[in-house]
Amino acid sequence: MSALERPGTSADLSSGGITRRQAWGLFWLLVAAVLAWLFLAVWPDWLNAVLISKKAFVSAVFNGVTLAGLYFLVASGFTLVFGLMRNVNLAHGSLYLLGAYIGYEVASRTGYWLLGVAAGFIVLALIGLVMQVFVFRRLEGDDLRQTLVTIGISIVAADLMLAVWTGTTYQIVTPAWLDGAVAMPIVTAVKSNGEAVFMRYPFYRLVVLAVAIVIGIGLWLMLNRTRVGMMIRAGVDDRAMLSASGVNVHAVFAIVFAIGAGLAGFAGVVGGSALSVAPGEDVRYLLASLVVVIVGGMGSITGAAIGALLIGLAEQIGLVYFPTYGIVLTFVIMVVVLAVRPQGIMGKAR
Amino acid sequence: MRIHRRALLALAVATGLTAPSLAFAEDSIKIGLLATFEGPFTVLGEDGERGAMTAIEEVGGTVAGKKIEIVKGSSDASPDSAVRAARKLVEQDGVKVLVGPLSGDEGIAVKDYAKTQPDVTFINGTSAAQDTTLRDPAENFFRFSTDGAQWMAGLGTYAYNEKGYKKVATVAEDYSFPYTQVFGFMAEFCKAGGTVPSKSWVPIGNKDYSSVIAAIPDDVDAIYVALGGADGVNFLTQYQQAGGSAPLIGGSITVDQTVLTSKGKIREVVIGTPSAGPVADTNDAPEWKAFVEAYKKQPNAFPSPSLFAHGYYVDMKATLLALEQVGADVSDGGAKLREALSKLSFDTPTGKVSLDKNRNAIADIYLTEVAEGSDGNLYNKLVKVVPQVNQTLGIPEEEFLKLGVVGRDNPSCP
Repeated sequence: MSALERPGTSADLSSGGITRRQAWGLFWLLVAAVLAWLFLAVWPDWLNAVLISKKAFVSAVFNGVTLAGLYFLVASGFTLVFGLMRNVNLAHGSLYLLGAYIGYEVASRTGYWLLGVAAGFIVLALIGLVMQVFVFRRLEGDDLRQTLVTIGISIVAADLMLAVWTGTTYQIVTPAWLDGAVAMPIVTAVKSNGEAVFMRYPFYRLVVLAVAIVIGIGLWLMLNRTRVGMMIRAGVDDRAMLSASGVNVHAVFAIVFAIGAGLAGFAGVVGGSALSVAPGEDVRYLLASLVVVIVGGMGSITGAAIGALLIGLAEQIGLVYFPTYGIVLTFVIMVVVLAVRPQGIMGKAR
Repeated sequence: MRIHRRALLALAVATGLTAPSLAFAEDSIKIGLLATFEGPFTVLGEDGERGAMTAIEEVGGTVAGKKIEIVKGSSDASPDSAVRAARKLVEQDGVKVLVGPLSGDEGIAVKDYAKTQPDVTFINGTSAAQDTTLRDPAENFFRFSTDGAQWMAGLGTYAYNEKGYKKVATVAEDYSFPYTQVFGFMAEFCKAGGTVPSKSWVPIGNKDYSSVIAAIPDDVDAIYVALGGADGVNFLTQYQQAGGSAPLIGGSITVDQTVLTSKGKIREVVIGTPSAGPVADTNDAPEWKAFVEAYKKQPNAFPSPSLFAHGYYVDMKATLLALEQVGADVSDGGAKLREALSKLSFDTPTGKVSLDKNRNAIADIYLTEVAEGSDGNLYNKLVKVVPQVNQTLGIPEEEFLKLGVVGRDNPSCP
C-alpha cells in the first residue's frame, strides 16, 4: 500500500517545486510557530474556552515534559538491558521501587538528600550486578525462561518490600534549595489593571528534566563515542567475535546491567521525591518503561527519549482534557506505532 | 434429614456448652474476611483488618461456643479482583459468612455476586457506594457501615454557612464511591445556595496531580477533595508544592488517619480542613475511647482508628452478634442468620446502628476539622454530631430516587 503511494506523492511534490524533505521542514516550522504562539501570546477568550485556560494547558505540557524526564530515566536503563543485551528483565520496576525505598531510608536517616540519591544508584547497581551474574548469565539467550524468572523475582520482591516498608505512602523530602516554585517567562493571564501574571512552576521538576537530559546525552555519548560503547555494541552483534578479539564479554555485560539497574534505582529516588513511593509503583513503572521502549525502539537511547516524551505528554494532556479515557491514549500511541513501524520509532529492523 | 440436622445442632450446642476448649472441626465457624491487602489501598485494607480483629478479640475468638476461624481474601480495589477473592473464599474455602469488601466498586460487584450465592451471607466491610444497597439490592448483602453520601451529612451546609464558601471546585477519583461522596456534599451545598463550577475526575492510582491542580479555576473559594490512600497523599503534597492557597474541604477518607499519618509534607495544607464521616478522632464518648484502647492493641495500629477499622469493626461486630443469636448455626443456608441480621440494632462506639428495608445502616455521622494534637500528630477534631442519618439523607425515598443515579454529571450546579 505505502509502496504504491510513495512514488505518486513524491511526484506530486516535485512537480510543485518542493521536495519531500522541504515539505516536512515547512510542516515542523509551522508546528513550532503554533506552539511558540500558544506559549507566548496572551490567549483570546475563545481559546481559553476550548482549552480550559492557558495556565492549565501550559502546565499540562510542562508536566508532560518533566514526567517524560522521569520516564526516560527509568526506561533508559530498561532499553540498555532489554534492547542492547536482549535480556528480558521484567523485574526492572522492582529495582525502581527498591531504589526509592533505599533512597528514603538513607535520606531520612542522614538528612542528606543527595546521599539518598547516591545510595539508590550504588545499591541497585550492585544488586543488578548480582542479578546478572547469578540469574541472567545462566539463562543467556533463553527469553522465555528469563521472562518467567524475572516475573517471579518481581513478585517475591514486591511482597518482601511490602513486609519491610508496609503499605504506607512515603514521600522523600527534598532539600530546601530544590523546593518551591520559580517564575517562568510565560504570561498566563493579564489582570484587569494591566499587570501580567507569570506562570510559576515547581523548581524540582525542572531539575529532574535537566538531570534526565544530561544523563541521556551522557549515555548516548558513551555508547556511540567511547571504546566501552563500541565493545557493548559489538558484543550485541557478535559476541563470539568480540570474545575472540580479547575482550571479556561477561564483564562488559555485567557493567551494562549494573548501569541499567543503577539508573532504575536513581530514578526511584528522584521520582519518589517528585511524586511518592508506595506499593504498586513497581508495576506502574515497568509498564511505563515497556511502552516507552516499544514506542521508541528497543536499544535506542534517542528512541527512549522520544518515546518518553510522547507517553509523558499523552498522559498529562489526557489527564486534563479527557481524564476518563486518558489512559487509553498511551496505548493508542503504542498500537499506532506498532502498526506503522513495528520496530519502534528509532528501532532498527532486525 | 430434619432430625439429623437437629441432632447435629444439639450436639454442637452441647459440646459448645460442656467443652468449649475442645476445638473440633465442627466446633469452628469460618468467616471470610475480604479487604484490599494489595494495590493503592493496602494501608486501608490493613487497618480494616485491625478493626475486624478487634471485634473478634472482644469476644475472645469464639462465638456461641464455636471457635472463629478467619479466612482472608485479598483484592486490589478493582471490582474483578474483589469478585475473584470472594469466589475463592466461598467456592474453595467454603465460607458461609463473608465480611467485606472495602472499596466502592468492589461493593457493587460483590453485591451482584451475592445474588448468585443465596446460601452465603455477605456483610459489607467499608465499601460505601450508594447503589450497593439503594438500587437493585441483594437479599443477602447487609451494610452496617453507612454509605458515602451519608458520611457527608452536615458538611455542605457547614461549608456554606460557617466557612462562607460560595463557589467550590471538586477533585475526586473516577469511580462509584467518590461519585457518592460528591453527591452527598453537593446535595446540601447546592441546596444552601453554593455552586460547583468545575469537577475533575481522575483515574484511581493517579500519581501526578500537578496538571489537575493547574486546571482548577483560580476564582473558587475552596476545593473539595475526595481521594483516598496514596492518591490523597500525592494530591496534598503536590498541592502544597504548587503553593496552593485555596482552602480544602475533605472527603471522608481524604483527611483520615491513613492519610494524616503518611510521611511527607502535607501538614500546612490540611490543618483546618473540614470533613465529615462515620468517625471523629477526638470523640469524647466513653464507648469510643474504649474502642480506641482495644484497637491500639492490634499490631502497627494508627494513633486513632481510621474509618476502615471502624467500618470493619462495626460490620464484624454485627456479624458476631447475629451469629451468637442463632448459635453460630448456618447449616440452614444462613436463613436464620439473615433474619437475625435484618432485625439487629445495637450500640457501636459511634452510637446506635440499625438497618433500613434495603439492609443499609442508619447511624450517627460526625462533622470534623483537622487539628494538630498535643503529641504532634494530626487528628480530626469533632465539631458536631449529626444523629441517625439514613440513606436518603432525610429526604422521602420516592423523591430521593428521582435525583437519579450518582455519576460524573449528577448532581450538577455550576
